Amino acid sequence: MSEALRMFGAIAGAWVRAGFTYRTSFVVLTSTGMILTFLDFAIILIMFSHLDALGGFTLTQIAVLYGLSGFAIGVADLLLGNAEMLGQRVRDGTLDQMLVRPVPALVQVAADRFALRRVGRVLQSGAVLGWGLSAAPIDWTPLRVLVLASALVCGSLIFASLFVLGGAFQVFAGDASEVANAFTYGGNTLTQYPLAIYPVEVVRAVTFIVPLAFVNWYPALYVLGVDDPFDLPAAFQVASPVVAALFVAVAALTWRTALRHYRSTGS
Amino acid sequence: MPMIDVHDLRRTFLIRERRGVLRRTRREVQAVDGITFSVEPGEAVGYIGPNGAGKSTTIKMLTGILVPTSGHLRVADLDPSRRRTELARRIGVVFGQRTGLWWDLPLRDSFELLRRIYRVPTPTYERNLSAYVGLLEIGDLLGQPVRQLSLGQRMRADIVAALLHDPEILYLDEPTIGLDIASKQRLRTFLRELNADRGTTILLTTHDLVDIEQVCRRVMVIDHGRLAFDGDFAALHAAGQATRTVVVDFHDEVPPIDVPGSRVVRVDGVRQWLTVPAGTPTGPVIAALASSHEIADLSIREPTIEDVLPHLYARP
Amino acid sequence: MSASLYAGLASRGFRRYATYRSATLAGIFTNTVFGVIISYTYIALWVERPQLGGYGIAQALTFAWVAQALIMPVGLFGGGIVADYSERVRSGAVATDLQRPAPLLAVRLAEDLGRAAYALLTRGIAPMLVGALLFPLAWPSSVSTWLLFALSITLAVVIGFALRYLLGLLAFWIIDTSGPASVLVVLQIFASGSALPLVTFPGVLRRICELLPFRCLVQVPCDVLLREDTGTGSLPLIGLQLLWATTLLGLGAVLTRAAVRTVVVQGG
Repeated sequence: MSEALRMFGAIAGAWVRAGFTYRTSFVVLTSTGMILTFLDFAIILIMFSHLDALGGFTLTQIAVLYGLSGFAIGVADLLLGNAEMLGQRVRDGTLDQMLVRPVPALVQVAADRFALRRVGRVLQSGAVLGWGLSAAPIDWTPLRVLVLASALVCGSLIFASLFVLGGAFQVFAGDASEVANAFTYGGNTLTQYPLAIYPVEVVRAVTFIVPLAFVNWYPALYVLGVDDPFDLPAAFQVASPVVAALFVAVAALTWRTALRHYRSTGS
Repeated sequence: MPMIDVHDLRRTFLIRERRGVLRRTRREVQAVDGITFSVEPGEAVGYIGPNGAGKSTTIKMLTGILVPTSGHLRVADLDPSRRRTELARRIGVVFGQRTGLWWDLPLRDSFELLRRIYRVPTPTYERNLSAYVGLLEIGDLLGQPVRQLSLGQRMRADIVAALLHDPEILYLDEPTIGLDIASKQRLRTFLRELNADRGTTILLTTHDLVDIEQVCRRVMVIDHGRLAFDGDFAALHAAGQATRTVVVDFHDEVPPIDVPGSRVVRVDGVRQWLTVPAGTPTGPVIAALASSHEIADLSIREPTIEDVLPHLYARP
Repeated sequence: MSASLYAGLASRGFRRYATYRSATLAGIFTNTVFGVIISYTYIALWVERPQLGGYGIAQALTFAWVAQALIMPVGLFGGGIVADYSERVRSGAVATDLQRPAPLLAVRLAEDLGRAAYALLTRGIAPMLVGALLFPLAWPSSVSTWLLFALSITLAVVIGFALRYLLGLLAFWIIDTSGPASVLVVLQIFASGSALPLVTFPGVLRRICELLPFRCLVQVPCDVLLREDTGTGSLPLIGLQLLWATTLLGLGAVLTRAAVRTVVVQGG
């Protein structure tokens, strides 16, 4: 594991150094990236110019939901977002090159073309989260701090697993990469709002099938001290670590299976 | 113990074809259909065959990229697809059509990155880098991003990249494709010396029989997924009835020439085509021609894979 | 240049994208998922504030699905035929583009109209049908409204093309256009109304967005569709789109000539 991280650092580092040669471009892209992700929140702000609460949640409470989800997908996208390009790699044969190097293919897929500018989303979401946490009325206990901290880690792991699953899917259906977007970026958009605004079928789907609700919804209910409008078991609110561990295992297994069924291109 | 040990290796691909809007058919293609061979350490083996014969599929199984459908396969005593990353440290791979280097990084950074990926000790890295960079003459290019290199430069850089970690086996998939004569020649000399001096096992796929002749002592021919030939170069020529063709323009029209060791296959005005079995020198034939007639021009055409292949199948 | 040339170019643009069948299916799936998510956020907003911005819930939901349908045809996320432009300038391939007898702008526009037609028929209409099954949408009954809507969509596609074409031309003067490209995407998504109807934007922000061409991409076609009157009330909106389309295309033509001069000067 530490070896994998070291390799990730080595490859990603080379890309960061190469990227700094176009310094102005890096600054422009990072800041427009931050603006682009902030626009999601601007939309929520505009909504709240007409509302006091959305789905029973105040603006500061929604800032917590938004911040947790954005931070999680931001970290996952920074570290593993390049799995999105896997279909392209299958088509142009660069995956073959990665498979003959002594570093796990996933580490190379993730680190190759590493784009530091994606840190913009992490910073922007982190700022919104910080504002939400300081402004929302929260009765802080050690356990709430722990649940919050674990949500940051587990949410990132759940989104990272989604990126890996999306990559594995592309080993078979190379040009259908957009399906993965529905789950990753779609999942991010979905969880920016309180799940209370969706029908119960959607909530069940993101609890039991694609565990997006464990990224921010259940931990936030616990941290904010809000009752679950769907009356699902209270244990869910502290279950993110278990769910994340399971989902990581599913993603890892699927990735391995995908590589064993990889057909390569050409004859 | 053989370096590469293959027994009854097979790989099947399922091809799904769309026929009409809803109808789909599935068809099985035997890309590699039961091949058996072994390669000893230090051998240099040419692996040839027409397009789609199964060359690349074999190489991809040997390197662990593709999982075989069935059969026994060991490289350096490892099962390639199960121990892929472990094996990767001991092999070097060059795909001629695409680069293993990073397109946007300067060449030096690509090499440095490979040093870290393969965990090459610094003294080994320094020694190999300076030796190979010198031999392949790419010292002036180290600061350039790979995308700015010409095909020949890039190929040489790719070969250096594949050798930095002292691999026991070097796989080369069509390394000379698209290169000019001088680049091809430089590459062949380099590979021959690498094999001789370092004892690196080489497996080379190519369309160009001259690559094989100059680098490899042994040739394997694959066609339709099966090994059609496995032996030395002279035996290939004998089995394939390979001939070199001497094309001579005489000063005046003359009747078909009768020179021992050759056969006239075509006459057109002052020009005559004589075939000489490949593997025997053309010198004596040319000397005999020159002593009896006045020659205006002369050229020699080497046999191609396409000339040789049909005869391999005609064998009983 | 004959009309048949441009018809051929448009049909080529259409067919080029029609070959990516599974990519299209994947896109339809994704557009549908986003349509559903956005629909529920609009329901939450309009239940609290009925008649916000003059829309009822059905109108707001229709807006959400029409906006999803227009994302690809008008190229809100960039891409499309003009995207590869900076690469062509760098490689010098653009010289051959400029030497063609037909004007570059018209050639690109024809190709992009073909691409947009394909995007509209697949990634536009299919998610909309799902949306109509899942949510109560408000469809106008008058034929004239539909005809004006069709015209308005066409103009939106032209304006979207012109914006990306102008961005592509930037490559003649600056090396790396990825910064401006991402700024354009930000403006197109936000100021077009695609994320939230501009009619809900607060005072100053709304007035700024109304001065920009981006609202012609989504907000204006939606307004044309959602007007309940006989349709004549939409004519000023169509006029506004025409104004922006001619302005941006005109600017494109002028800048193309300037770009040709830079190539000649550079000897490219």
